[in-house]
Amino acid sequence: MLFPILTCIVFLPLAGGLIILFVPKKNIGLIKTVATAVTAIDLILSIILLVNFNYSGAMQFEENLNWIPSVNIFYHLGIDGISIGLIFLTTLLSFLACIGSYSIGMRQKEYFFLYLLLATGMLGTFVALDLVLFYVFWEIVLVPMYFLIGIWGGPRKEYAAIKFFIYTLAGSIFMLLGILAFYFTSTPHTFSILELGKTTGALTMPIQILIFIAFYLGFAVKVPVFPFHTWLPDAHVEAPTPISVLLAGVLLKMGGYGFFRISFPLLKDAAHYFVLPFAILGAINIVYGAVVAMAQTDFKKMVAYSSVSHMGFVMLGLASMTTTGFNGALLQMFNHGIITGAMFFLVGVIYDRAHTRDLDKFGGLGVKMPVYAGMLTVFSLASLGLPGLSGFVSEFMSLLGSYAAFKIITIVSVLGIVITAGYFLYMLQRVLMGPLNEKLAGIIDINKRELFTLIPLMAIAILIGVYPLAALKFQMAAIEQLIQKLGGMIF
Amino acid sequence: MSLIESIRFITPEIILLAGAIIILMFSLFVSNKNVLGMFALFVIIAASLYLPQSPKTEAGLFFNMLTNDSFSLFFKEIILFITGIVILISIGYEELKEKYIGEYFFLLLNGTIAMLLAVSSNNLLMIYLSIEMLSLISYILTAFLKNNPLSSEAALKYFLFGALSTGIMLYGISLVYGLFGTTDLAIISKVVSAGQINGLVTLVLLILILAGLCFKCSLVPFHMWAPDVYQGAPTAVTAFLSVGPKAVGFAVLLRIFANNFFPLYVNWVNLVMLISIFTMTIGNVIAISQTNIKRMLAYSSIAQAGYMLIGFVVGTAGGIEGVLYYILAYTLMNLGAFGCVILVSNYLKSDAIEDYAGLYKKDPITSFMLSIFLLSLTGVPPLAGFWGKFLVFNAAIQSKFILLAVVGVINSIVAAFYYMRVIKFMYLEEPKMKDTGHKSLSLQIALAIVTAGVLIAGLYVTPFLNWVKYSQSFF
Repeated sequence: MLFPILTCIVFLPLAGGLIILFVPKKNIGLIKTVATAVTAIDLILSIILLVNFNYSGAMQFEENLNWIPSVNIFYHLGIDGISIGLIFLTTLLSFLACIGSYSIGMRQKEYFFLYLLLATGMLGTFVALDLVLFYVFWEIVLVPMYFLIGIWGGPRKEYAAIKFFIYTLAGSIFMLLGILAFYFTSTPHTFSILELGKTTGALTMPIQILIFIAFYLGFAVKVPVFPFHTWLPDAHVEAPTPISVLLAGVLLKMGGYGFFRISFPLLKDAAHYFVLPFAILGAINIVYGAVVAMAQTDFKKMVAYSSVSHMGFVMLGLASMTTTGFNGALLQMFNHGIITGAMFFLVGVIYDRAHTRDLDKFGGLGVKMPVYAGMLTVFSLASLGLPGLSGFVSEFMSLLGSYAAFKIITIVSVLGIVITAGYFLYMLQRVLMGPLNEKLAGIIDINKRELFTLIPLMAIAILIGVYPLAALKFQMAAIEQLIQKLGGMIF
Repeated sequence: MSLIESIRFITPEIILLAGAIIILMFSLFVSNKNVLGMFALFVIIAASLYLPQSPKTEAGLFFNMLTNDSFSLFFKEIILFITGIVILISIGYEELKEKYIGEYFFLLLNGTIAMLLAVSSNNLLMIYLSIEMLSLISYILTAFLKNNPLSSEAALKYFLFGALSTGIMLYGISLVYGLFGTTDLAIISKVVSAGQINGLVTLVLLILILAGLCFKCSLVPFHMWAPDVYQGAPTAVTAFLSVGPKAVGFAVLLRIFANNFFPLYVNWVNLVMLISIFTMTIGNVIAISQTNIKRMLAYSSIAQAGYMLIGFVVGTAGGIEGVLYYILAYTLMNLGAFGCVILVSNYLKSDAIEDYAGLYKKDPITSFMLSIFLLSLTGVPPLAGFWGKFLVFNAAIQSKFILLAVVGVINSIVAAFYYMRVIKFMYLEEPKMKDTGHKSLSLQIALAIVTAGVLIAGLYVTPFLNWVKYSQSFF
């Protein structure tokens, strides 16, 4: 391909960020315009990708340049069915959260610069096909996120920010060791994900297991998998709304994507060795996350723990080693990004008005905010897995895939869905129904800008719920190839 | 090569000496910091232009006392760069009074001569002499704020520790002479390669020599002087001490151990590995609780030396290249960090980390640069410090030093905490300070140069890697 579209997608936000650095601090309008324009163009570019996408499952839009020849590091980008959805998700949420960021009240110039830097890091992670390049983008995400939580966050922002930073750094730096181990165990020495994928399974079992664990530490912190999840509620609760959206919508997917792109295809035997722990951890995530979410009185914390629960389905689907399970897991990542992203927007809407997130302080808002109530209901139902909405499709596929291999674990996991239904309905009851809290009598309904950020997400949630193939067709061929390579079951 | 022919290889040293004497004499009439500083800088630039540009000449100079190879050239370039930046920093450092500024630059240039000689020495006696010259100058520079009790105390501690460890080193060298009948490393190297020596005896004397070098590189257990000295010395001198003698220490360490005594690798590798592990861990763990930024950077530089040592322990071409690149990156980021500390202390009159609260609001550019240096020290890509870590871990994994790599990695996580703490104060807290005063131009130029260096060496690594590869001539 002549036009380096992936490079443009990745570095356009950074270019916009650099422009913002030269805009005077006082000219907030221009800063917002630049940020919005850049993310909008990025979204359009990713839609062009979707349109021109070849469903064969092959790697496409590749760009391969020498970066550091003496150590065989390449600037190698490319996408296939596994990454395309996540790229679309990232550009979409970046654009919507950018509009959601208009309400940021202080230090806008720094905010939007860091925000765009974050976008570059996230997008780069999903398109990098060289392990070192992948690592560089992965780490770039860390720094802006630290500041975005730490400066614009809530009361305990400093604690949350440093906890996020240390946890993720700790995980990822072990990943670096894994990357180096890959390099020296491969012949010829290479960092290329595609080259390493061709010789998967060539390494001896103990080495594969060691490398797998090194990568697992990096990815599991990001997903997050129990017991590495404790940074997540803190970070989510303290982060400002748009950043929570990106944290839940995109950052958690980086971990899951790592399993799809690196751990499983490059370490075939180790992946088979670890399916049982994956399934168990998945079930723990689902049930534990749901139970803890039920106990929350903080709206945002409840949604945060629901993320832990939902990401469990990704683990479970991966453990299944079937096409159905893998498709479910990958689609679950996309759906979770859409639905939970929207949930965080909705939490932000009500927090901006009521200045509290305490679920017991609301009540009867369904009368005062009918549009908001409708939105909240739709996304809650999508999140709890109501058929006809997107969450159901992917959760059902994950469970279907894993049932063949892990019957008891799957049955336990289904329990999680029941609890999920419980806490979401309980939340709706406390927020929308019952007697109106007098203090909130003057509350106004959702405004147009907020609605604008939610409607695209709702459309996608309904579209995938009604016609799952719209999303699945992008990924099916790639997943089938992956499963064939892994020697899993195709059904 | 005859004596006369050899002289052209020490032209830079001669230029520096002449320049230093001129400065000393001039300072009787002119005591303007800027004028003398600019002249000193000019001397450094002149010296760097006359660096011997035939790096593959291996012939012994001055009866084999000095050598000239790409390895020494690499360190000479770094040392001249360090002194140049330190001069720029010193001009902008307000604590340095103009009364003694002539002596200050005189000592600094002489220290540079000592360093240039140390990295090109090929004889243990010459190494000892140049290191001792460097040490003596460092003691005086540390005590340069002579009305400040901290400064004097630091110098005394530095002197006592230094005297002890160089004494041990000299004892080791005398044993070498007893065993080999010479202090010429080229001859010793041949004897060692022939394998006709007693491993145990050699190990003892290697440990003795190592003690002296550990002191220079501030490696555990000879690191105790570093925090007090770094805190007490004038900050410009601290910047110099944290990179200059350390680079020299590593150069000599590599020349003696990785080059000439390499056949005895198995004898010393475990010892050095332990030193590396303890240096990283102790440096990082103690740094966490520091409240003074100079002291924190002191412990951080101890820890950084531990990472560098990883490449040395590995003892392969890749490992040595890693050390060299790490020294380059470390030089840039540490000079930058101390430069920022000076810039801030000029108007803040404090080195407490708490007083950095809200710095971003008062001085966005300096806080941004300091953040870059701290993130680079943490090892966040794509900055220079990351590639340093990458290369040494790379070498460690390649040679299956898994334990060392894992310890290094865990240490980087610990280190992230205290580096981020400074950033936290700068960006996450509300400012308490008054407005910034006048900011020195020369200091800002120095900072701009090193910031650019950290970014370029991080993003466009290839030329630096080639340079490093070309410079390590041992394997």
